[in-house]
Amino acid sequence: MIRIEEVTKRYPGGHDALRGLNLHIETGEMVFVTGHSGAGKSTLLKLIALIERPTGGQVIVDGLNTRTITRRKIPAYRRQIGMVFQDHKLLYDRPVFDNVALPLVIAGIGHREASRKVRAALDQVSLLNKEKQFPETLSSGEQQRVGIARAIVSRPKLLIADEPTGNLDPDLSLEVMRIFRRFNEVGVTLLIASHDIALIDQLGCRRVALEDGALQVEQEEDVVAEYVERLEAEQGRETWQT
Amino acid sequence: MADVKSSEALKPPRKTGRLAGWYIRHTSTAIAALGRLTQQPFASLMTVLVIAVTLALPAAMHVVVKNARSISATWDNALDFSVYLNKETTIEQAERLADIVAQRADVESVNLVSADDALAEFRDQSGFGEALDHLADNPLPHTLVVRPAPSNTEVSMGLLNEELGNLPEADFVQVDTEWVRRFHAILAILERAIFMGAGLLGVAILVIIGNTIRLDIQNRREEIEVTKLIGASNSFVRRPFLYSGFWYGLTGGLLALLLVWYGLYALAEPVSRLAGLYESAFDILALNVVESLLIIGSGVGLGLIGSWIAATRHMRRIEPR
Repeated sequence: MIRIEEVTKRYPGGHDALRGLNLHIETGEMVFVTGHSGAGKSTLLKLIALIERPTGGQVIVDGLNTRTITRRKIPAYRRQIGMVFQDHKLLYDRPVFDNVALPLVIAGIGHREASRKVRAALDQVSLLNKEKQFPETLSSGEQQRVGIARAIVSRPKLLIADEPTGNLDPDLSLEVMRIFRRFNEVGVTLLIASHDIALIDQLGCRRVALEDGALQVEQEEDVVAEYVERLEAEQGRETWQT
Repeated sequence: MADVKSSEALKPPRKTGRLAGWYIRHTSTAIAALGRLTQQPFASLMTVLVIAVTLALPAAMHVVVKNARSISATWDNALDFSVYLNKETTIEQAERLADIVAQRADVESVNLVSADDALAEFRDQSGFGEALDHLADNPLPHTLVVRPAPSNTEVSMGLLNEELGNLPEADFVQVDTEWVRRFHAILAILERAIFMGAGLLGVAILVIIGNTIRLDIQNRREEIEVTKLIGASNSFVRRPFLYSGFWYGLTGGLLALLLVWYGLYALAEPVSRLAGLYESAFDILALNVVESLLIIGSGVGLGLIGSWIAATRHMRRIEPR
């Protein structure tokens, strides 16, 4: 589904976000990208969503080299991908239903069919009873679920999520991850950037660690470092919970 | 329960009829755009008012010129030549001459005003009655009042004027065409000036609408970013702004029409009083259907162009980061 080949991304000013990254993700996989902030997780997702273009290398999504996608074709390309963001990126001037329906409205899908799909999507994130509410009246977790419903409403084959649980407490995070898991079970490929290693391990999915813009070499030391990192995360979680 | 729904969720997306979808998209966008304008009634009203006044100005000027033209058109036909005959011409000679001139194809009728008649009329109207009694003889000549045929052109009128002047009995010919011609020239200049002014005002409307739409885009920057992020094309993002421009233009055009109509209504009474004083049955010419549609059309057209320019210019800069 996704082939990242020798991808580099250098931002103006000389900062290298990605240095020769290679990554293959098969169709139907659910993969987590971990790493410290600045490791290049967000940049990787932005390259897939064509918010950024790589400086070098190739990004191939669903057999299509993104280099061949012109500016004009970007919107149609993005409609094929579901995107979930840490800050939800909802539109606060309209109710939940309209937010979720937006991708369908953009795609020009008729009202009746759109309503059906919106309700189906809201049902999957258990928000069917909140369709008339405005995003402000919802909790952060509910808002994120609205964002997820919007991302899956047009049934994309690929869903990318940038720190989807970044603002959520552990229970809500787990709930969100379970929702993702369910999509994966029906065949959706997911690529999720997260730093919540403990949570990821609970799900038992493939994990790709980025470090300084490249794949982290899996070595003994890394396993130890990972263990320490996990401990720290859990400690952080405990203090958070109290 | 959830499983049933999620299996439904796997069905491939299906599009409704292209045309129906297009129609629904556009009407809902249009209504939403109108709704947004009414959310800020005061600001919207100001914009609409400025557009209306800007459109009404050239329209009102046009109506003035149009009416001036229609009045002066009647003067053209009523233009008579006064041929003053020399003192030696007798009344019999004058009558014969009047018959001859009346035979001309470019002359409709000839009216002979004898020296005596002229003096009597002058005595009645001038108030010099007593003084005139002391004159030894009548100083006035016989006069032929020649009414040209309505088919005359400006050139043939000039020719007729010249030929009447060349008659041996004619002393001189008086026509008041000069000022009519000057009046027409002034009207032509005015029309040109209104045309140019309308052009400038059109540019002003573009700027007003463009600026309003620019502010609107700035206010909705985040929304544009998000919609682009989830796959909205530029034309999709531009559409609501085009409809805002459309509504501004349409309501501005309609209000302009109302302003002009109200102006004409307010002027109708004093104008008919003035016409009464001239013993004329003059009625103000209002805007006809074509002109009215032109005003509304200009409003709509300028609204669309202005918003298109603004939306295209400013939208390109808003890309998701």
